[in-house]
Amino acid sequence: MELFVFVVAAAMVLAGAVGVVTRSNPVHAAMSLVLTLFGIAVMFVAHNAHFLAAVQVIVYAGAIVVLFLFVIMLLGVDKAEDLSVEPITNQRPLAAIIGVGISAIVIAAIISSRAGLGASGQGVNQTTVDSPDANIRQLARVIFSDNVFAFEITSVLLLVAVIGTVVMARKTKSVGTGK
Amino acid sequence: MLSVAQPTSTWYLILSAVLFGIGTIGVMVRRNPLIMFMCIELMLNAVNLSFVALSSQIANINGQVAVFFVLVVAAAEVVVGLGIIVSIMRRRTTVTVDDMSGLKG
Repeated sequence: MELFVFVVAAAMVLAGAVGVVTRSNPVHAAMSLVLTLFGIAVMFVAHNAHFLAAVQVIVYAGAIVVLFLFVIMLLGVDKAEDLSVEPITNQRPLAAIIGVGISAIVIAAIISSRAGLGASGQGVNQTTVDSPDANIRQLARVIFSDNVFAFEITSVLLLVAVIGTVVMARKTKSVGTGK
Repeated sequence: MLSVAQPTSTWYLILSAVLFGIGTIGVMVRRNPLIMFMCIELMLNAVNLSFVALSSQIANINGQVAVFFVLVVAAAEVVVGLGIIVSIMRRRTTVTVDDMSGLKG
């Protein structure tokens, strides 16, 4: 059963990722991204990270992809892009070599070091029928005790991002002088 | 033999390495800035997946906390990046990063 879940989720993730890279229409690429994000959320559930799976679906597949689609529609770039020309000579073979090389190095490191990883923490609570909120309780306890300062800084980061975006995307009267 | 094989954390880590490689190729190949952002999201998700897989392997909840913060930072990054793209695209009609090489405005 776990193998079945892994195979299906991995197929979703990889198909979506290849779709993002290869689809010429940005809207189709965004839809492929949704497929990948849902596959990742399924894998989070398989690892008992239920809170993160919910956040993944809400924040990524909900907010971020909708933001992408809004920008695509706002800019009117929902046309298929011509992918047949290579902007730089040999760009794609070089990119493929570098990407495959990075993956190969990381996989080699994973395989060579997989035996050295033992349990080092207090354990991750499993969500069961008796305690359906075990994961979220444990996560909240760590976030609001050990990492409370980082959590507060995060709110400042979000505030800065919102204000910066409003300032950047606002239309001012003096902007048109450059054109 | 295959029917009893259980996916271990190594499988998830290898999948996340492959996903990271696909995202890298996408960033280097595509020229539409929106698609490049999506590929960066792919790479961030690959890292998130490896965080969660290692978190359950070494029985330490801190990996999931790291994923939580990565999610927040990714959201902020997408908001700021898309704001920059919108303000650039408002003056130019082209949609490729090759045409943005000059910082002339």
